[in-house]
Amino acid sequence: MAETQFRYIAKKRRAKEHRRFVAGSGRFVADVALPGMLHVALVASPYPFARIRGIDAKVALALPGVSAVVTGADLAAATEAMMSGLDAPKLKRYPLAHGMARYVGEWVAAVVAESRALAEDAAELVEVDYEPLEPVVDPEAAIRPDAPVVHPEHGSNVLFRHKWTWGPVAADFAAADDRLSLRARWHRSSTVPIETFGVVADWNPASQLLDVWASVQMPKYPDQLARALRLPGNAVRVHFDVDVGGSYGVKRGLKHSILVGYLARRLGAPVRLVEDRLENMRGGDAQGPDRIFDIEAAFTKDGIVRSLKIRALDDCGAHAGRAPLQLGKPVGAICGPYRVNSVEYEAISVTTNKTPQEAVRGFGQSPTNFALETTIDRIAQRLGMDRIALRRANLIRAEEFPYTIPSGSTYDSGDYHAVLEKALTGADYAALVKRRDAARAAGKLAGIGIACCLEPSGGNSAFEPLFNPKNETTTWMEGCSIKVDLYGAVVVTMNTSSSGQGHETLASTVAGEILERDPETIRVVRADSLGALPSNSPVGSRMAIMLGGAAAGAAKKLKAAIIAIGAHKLGATPEEVDYAEGVVRLRGDPARQVSWEGIAEIAHRKFHELPPGMEPGLQAQHVLEVPTGGALPTADGRVQMYPCYAFETHVVYAEIDRITGQVALGPYLVGHDCGVMINPDIVHGMTYGGVAHGIGAALYERFRYDETGQFLSGTFMDYLLPSAHEVPDIKVVDHCTPSPLTAFGQKGSGEAGYLGAPAAISCAVNDALVPLGLAVAEVPMTPALLSDLIARAKKTG
Amino acid sequence: MKAADFDYVRAQSVAEACRLLDGAAGDGKIIAGGQTLVPLLAMRLARPALVVDIAGIADIQGIADETQSLAIGAATRQADALADPALARRLPLLAKGLRMVGHPQTRNRGTIGGSLANADPAAEIGLVARTLDAELVLRSSKGERVVPIAEFFLGAMTTVLSTEECLTRVRFPVWRDTGRIGTGFEEMSLRRSDFALVAASCQLALDTDRVCRRLALAIGGAEPAPRRFDAAEARLVGTRLEPGDLAAASRAVEAALDPITDAHASADYRRRVAGVLAVRAIEMARDEALGPRV
Amino acid sequence: MSEHEISLIVNGRPRRGRVPARQTLVDFLRDELRLTGTHTGCEHGVCGACSVLLDGRAIRSCLMFAVQADGAQITTVEGLAPEPGGLSVLQDCFWETHALQCGFCTPGMLIAAHALLLKESAPSDEDIREAIGGNLCRCTGYKQIIDAVKLAAQRMSGLNRPEPSRG
Repeated sequence: MAETQFRYIAKKRRAKEHRRFVAGSGRFVADVALPGMLHVALVASPYPFARIRGIDAKVALALPGVSAVVTGADLAAATEAMMSGLDAPKLKRYPLAHGMARYVGEWVAAVVAESRALAEDAAELVEVDYEPLEPVVDPEAAIRPDAPVVHPEHGSNVLFRHKWTWGPVAADFAAADDRLSLRARWHRSSTVPIETFGVVADWNPASQLLDVWASVQMPKYPDQLARALRLPGNAVRVHFDVDVGGSYGVKRGLKHSILVGYLARRLGAPVRLVEDRLENMRGGDAQGPDRIFDIEAAFTKDGIVRSLKIRALDDCGAHAGRAPLQLGKPVGAICGPYRVNSVEYEAISVTTNKTPQEAVRGFGQSPTNFALETTIDRIAQRLGMDRIALRRANLIRAEEFPYTIPSGSTYDSGDYHAVLEKALTGADYAALVKRRDAARAAGKLAGIGIACCLEPSGGNSAFEPLFNPKNETTTWMEGCSIKVDLYGAVVVTMNTSSSGQGHETLASTVAGEILERDPETIRVVRADSLGALPSNSPVGSRMAIMLGGAAAGAAKKLKAAIIAIGAHKLGATPEEVDYAEGVVRLRGDPARQVSWEGIAEIAHRKFHELPPGMEPGLQAQHVLEVPTGGALPTADGRVQMYPCYAFETHVVYAEIDRITGQVALGPYLVGHDCGVMINPDIVHGMTYGGVAHGIGAALYERFRYDETGQFLSGTFMDYLLPSAHEVPDIKVVDHCTPSPLTAFGQKGSGEAGYLGAPAAISCAVNDALVPLGLAVAEVPMTPALLSDLIARAKKTG
Repeated sequence: MKAADFDYVRAQSVAEACRLLDGAAGDGKIIAGGQTLVPLLAMRLARPALVVDIAGIADIQGIADETQSLAIGAATRQADALADPALARRLPLLAKGLRMVGHPQTRNRGTIGGSLANADPAAEIGLVARTLDAELVLRSSKGERVVPIAEFFLGAMTTVLSTEECLTRVRFPVWRDTGRIGTGFEEMSLRRSDFALVAASCQLALDTDRVCRRLALAIGGAEPAPRRFDAAEARLVGTRLEPGDLAAASRAVEAALDPITDAHASADYRRRVAGVLAVRAIEMARDEALGPRV
Repeated sequence: MSEHEISLIVNGRPRRGRVPARQTLVDFLRDELRLTGTHTGCEHGVCGACSVLLDGRAIRSCLMFAVQADGAQITTVEGLAPEPGGLSVLQDCFWETHALQCGFCTPGMLIAAHALLLKESAPSDEDIREAIGGNLCRCTGYKQIIDAVKLAAQRMSGLNRPEPSRG
């Protein structure tokens, strides 16, 4: 499908939703103010691990304006425990710590008052009697039998451990000419949106309905919230028309929402919790992957990688959160874009006394890509081979698609070699090499990083049954409905919140494309959870595929109905008429036609002119299952993960100041292929933003804990997000291999840039260190880390 | 992050501000720009009973050219100082340092005096003040005293200011040496505009033979307060600041430095970086002095 | 403890309030005046989402108490449009170049960029990065924002014929 064949798709178009944002008229959760609304502040544990002996709120409650102080005991009595997603029924988790505090910053009590300031005043007056316990902070220590156990009821710190063997790993290793092993360390970072998580709940006892507004991006949020609050699903109404100020995976906020829902019902007043930044950083439970990869690669003397053994140990923090499953999604692209014959993958998820993780953009794929690309570069170095030639030799070839990898996922389409070429040409690789070599001759540390990485998209979360066979979930759906009113105005209804992905533009562009009507005339609204069709929310780069597919499906049904009505009016069959831009014309006598407005009028008012058997009105809905979805994993753990595979090649130049260790980046180019781009600006924007986020993970961002479990990165002065000074200009060069699985050939791309940038930047830094004989396989590569590495080598070398 | 309650008064004069501080019996804090005080209040790390706003007091604003020195009112906004043509001409080192302070938005509110009173070891203004041997004028109800910068900082975030005193003016000596004057400022921060992990500040004068006749070198960010390095300075005066001289000065800085270790960097890192930034700052100053006159 | 009567001009209109000393300017604007376009992202002066113009200069409104702003002229994002329901050239350029995604940092970015264009009619990329260097964005990677400011500067100088904004 060439992009030139579309009317609206793939064309430059302003994003519909931006008009309200540039006017300052977005409606974010902190903008929701209900009469009589109360505010929540949290009391947090100062200890990494402690028994809670007692909580005394007398003084706090006596403060004027304070309505309540609640504890974990209250929540445990009144709500259902949050599910871990694993087969670990003893692991019970509530919004507030119950009996034990398990990390610095864990929420131990919640204070409700007339204002946030008063709630904070009262929170300072709550007295908690802690009995500190010995914490466990290092994930490798946490596996040892003598380690303190974060959840004694679970028996150990190992939440999950499994080794899969896909293909003849032992034989491939035995037959290989050479092998190497390495350790790659991805330290804790996360997406850290500029807006924190917030939620408002309001219980109406007369209608027995809980209204909820939240800055949320989470599948099954209304269902899980209702379940935890012991309410039927139709007693909870989540308003998806709240604008979400960025999420990139982490805004699940279930514990916040259960807490606030409970408080609203108990206090008979609307209640709002908006995390302040301190609460967010340590107690919001939105940290990210914290991973040790041990990799062994078996390869031929010509650099063909035959087999990989990957052990991924991830430090969950104190509760499961999404961390264990975040080890599972990468199974769907476990060997990257390379033709590898067999893979062994051991995933280990351990608890320590740290803040839990949420789902971070890519759900574990970026750390995995970083580990894979580090391995590829090391192999090249070992063999004295050019890194690009080695990649070319191992990349899956265009003619091999669809290509099934050892772990059972089939890559739908791609032309990795073409993208690599485009990237190298676009970056003027030869000139970059000259520049690097000239810089080296002048005594500088300079390097070029090249990374070839996959972005699986579509959100078939088959890692859930893979990691917990008792969870037989195979449905990953999205719904969309479209209606045309009496006068011909079009409304598309989507069924989830958005956090900057441009879904209104996406849905109106798709509907407009099928109906051949200007997307500017199409309004997109969001249903609330009671009126909504099923949705799995915008995770896993799925919405271009799934909302695009559902909107296309609904639009096609609508178009068929329009054609049927028009044909019937013209006394012809649907095969005898043509449809163009909403007008139905008799083929051969186009003067005989029915206008768009005429069709709408017949549908709504003139039942006597409607084809027999057709429902009145003009509306259609479509609920789409994820392409290639619907199957459980096999006994040996093979499963189709996400359906569509976007691909990116990064080329980045870096210089390191050998004393300060600072890395200067740029030029930066990304070759990107996500099939057909429904809106190029939206795709490019996410790619630039993803690269910026990847720069943060590669060089600046880390949630630090000291050896006693004290948290050191609680503010924006310690957790460093890249500003405009830290992000160079980024060029994107597009390629298009359409997906055979989707309505227009589109693949998802919400995670673009982030999935390849840390790998590419690490490769560039390592290339710069080659003349010193040094290597680093750890992110973030802070100035101190690089400076110390170079200085130590000078001393010993 | 809402501050704990406090009383607020907008003082109309320095005398009134001092009286108010007296009345607060040690529990009063001055606010001018607020860029460092307000976050402390928001995080409840500071909980004064009274906040005295001096930002509107006219006679502690503005820059007066006193020929031998430039006297900067403590409540002068950093952005205004940066835009002042007299400051650019007479205190190019301070202009260089000011460009590194925070962001445009924080410079629009933050003041020269506020930064000095806050005494962050990594602050650029304090480092330049130390380099140039500035003098600080402190006022209380009891009267006025002038404190040399070398005695002003007691340690990280701590100065000789009593809880009843208000910093009113900073005097920066202007070098009136014959020959060519050059300035250099180099800083290592994790992101541009963050507080420096290490910074080096240098002002020097060369004679017509390009021999260095006078040199001031200070390091900030590495120790609890910025400091001059006499041994390095002595090593360089009388030389042409050639690579061998600079290397020796760098070693002297590293030998004399007693750096701190924190979550962002170790003492070793700071020492290593201080040595290199000192050289780069001196080179910048030397090249500026040698370059065409502006 | 102390409450204060304040009066200030906000987006050209005189406004009054009775505020506790500890209420920040951003909370006053959002909660009392219901001008919710200005956002809080950190409340400790780093992210810039709270940026407004105070007496013509860009400042962080989370780093000021409302009482300090007594007598001041404030412009928030709601005050950038030339007429109600309209968009300034800068706002329109942000829309044109796709200089936003979630919209949360956008009001602060607009204020910072607006402040730059008040004094610099042909800003370089470096000028723009310096002006927005104190405004964090997690969505865009800044490139399309820089494009927007350059485009706005061109259009405001008349080098580009302005396109009519849609709606």
